Amino acid sequence: MSILVLAEHHDGQLAGATAHVVAAAQKVKEAIGGDIDILVAGENVGAVADAAAKLDGVSKVRVADHAVYAHQLAEPLGALLVELAGDYSHILAAASTTGKNVLPRVAALKDVSQISEIVEVVDADTFKRPIYAGNAIATVKSADSLKVITVRSTGFDAVGEGNSAAIESVDTVVENSQSTFIKQELAQSDRPELAAAKVVISGGRGMGSGENFKLLDGIADKLGAAIGASRAAVDAGFVPNDMQVGQTGKIVAPVLYIAVGISGAIQHLAGMKDSKVIVAINKDEEAPIFQVADYGLVGDLFEILPELESKL
Amino acid sequence: MKVLVAVKRVIDYNVKIRVKADHSDVDLTNVKMAMNPFCEIAVEEAVRLKERGVATEVVAVTVGPKAAQEQLRTALALGADRAIHVETEERVESLAAAKLLAKVVEEEQPGLVILGKQAIDTDNNQTGQMLAALAGLPQGTFASEVVVDGDKVQVTREIDGGLQTVELTLPAIVTTDLRLNEPRYAKLPDIMKAKKKPLDVKSPADLGVDVASKLTLLKVESPAERKGGIKVGSVDELVDKLKNEAKVL
Repeated sequence: MSILVLAEHHDGQLAGATAHVVAAAQKVKEAIGGDIDILVAGENVGAVADAAAKLDGVSKVRVADHAVYAHQLAEPLGALLVELAGDYSHILAAASTTGKNVLPRVAALKDVSQISEIVEVVDADTFKRPIYAGNAIATVKSADSLKVITVRSTGFDAVGEGNSAAIESVDTVVENSQSTFIKQELAQSDRPELAAAKVVISGGRGMGSGENFKLLDGIADKLGAAIGASRAAVDAGFVPNDMQVGQTGKIVAPVLYIAVGISGAIQHLAGMKDSKVIVAINKDEEAPIFQVADYGLVGDLFEILPELESKL
Repeated sequence: MKVLVAVKRVIDYNVKIRVKADHSDVDLTNVKMAMNPFCEIAVEEAVRLKERGVATEVVAVTVGPKAAQEQLRTALALGADRAIHVETEERVESLAAAKLLAKVVEEEQPGLVILGKQAIDTDNNQTGQMLAALAGLPQGTFASEVVVDGDKVQVTREIDGGLQTVELTLPAIVTTDLRLNEPRYAKLPDIMKAKKKPLDVKSPADLGVDVASKLTLLKVESPAERKGGIKVGSVDELVDKLKNEAKVL
């Protein structure tokens, strides 16, 4: 049996997360053999398919290019995946908002469980995944004939891009009378995507105001970093919620994570504690963030940040 | 329009969990339990729909042990009109929960069903989507705004990178994200009144659903501990450590 990976894409571009999901698929393939196919579903997704064909380990790219799949609404995309599922023992997608939206729907329609946000493939049936905001790791074994799985990107290193897999079109067109796309407002940013950035600098309630988040800009520019935030900073209206790092926001695992004015609540740590190196800047030396930080600096962020920027 | 809202009893989100010594699960004996935070947001949204005259009745439902009736009483105190408890002491996976809820949806015929986007214990983020699939209904997941207009509902969804608005035909399933609303607190008189509101108890067998799962929990472990770090005395020292010791700059 083979493995199907659902490609993640936005604005006609293949998203980096897909290469991580293929890496997880490779681990499953080591156990069961078979092929790894990628499904690219959307409208005008030729460039996405070309990019997907380059990913190492992929046998075939299947392209469903039709207006009904535009914006990857759960109802038509779910129906398409159900149509294709018969050829596969495993269906994998990134644990992105798209993957999380559609895969449970597919699993229920196939009467199987869905396994969320795996961080390790133990064997073809057994997977590790964080529970309780990452404060415990569960090993789960599925006896279902079809495994439907979302993959946490930070758990797997991306595969390379030296391949040239075959591309074939999928003619299946499903009906959708239940949902309609109205509009989309994406945050404009020149910085790297939060979930994929090598360096992340985040601000919390200690930043004091949205205006003060500008103090992070210069450092982020120098380090090529993405800017994140704690829930406290989002709730206080300092920054938009798509910047939130944590259990209910984005899960990141950059090489360097700098937490500024963040106390380090359980829910925030859930989103960043797999970072390679953590730096905490906080005036409260008792803040829990210092228990996970490799390097802590106790002091006033309004003095430290400009100094740090000047010394990088 | 009737609104059905699903709630779950989970460990209180402020509790630092402990893994059992035999690694069979997380230890839930004598820990504080509460309504899942995303479910509180779901209840609040349902009650607001009623206050706006959109909903005529709010029905709260839960699947779980006898003690989960506390969470149903909380929902009633917050403004739900009546409650349904699907009582089982078994571990109920998302698929089984969705099957049970699909039966309740079939019986109750709500115009809208609101759930939280995920429970903070299993962190699955599946039940709403599965319920939508099983009930044959459209879904508006991770909602930050819900506007009912005639036989349609517009749901603004929090997606990676921004917001997306979709329009769904009713009946529909909505799952709540954090930003949808700020849940209210239950007032003492309402808590007293909630004790008198109707609460129906059913079993999975009454609903004709087998809750057995093909998913087995083999082991639960604590995550790898991070090594204790050091505190540095100055920005210069920090930059030096990052460059020369951690080699990340």
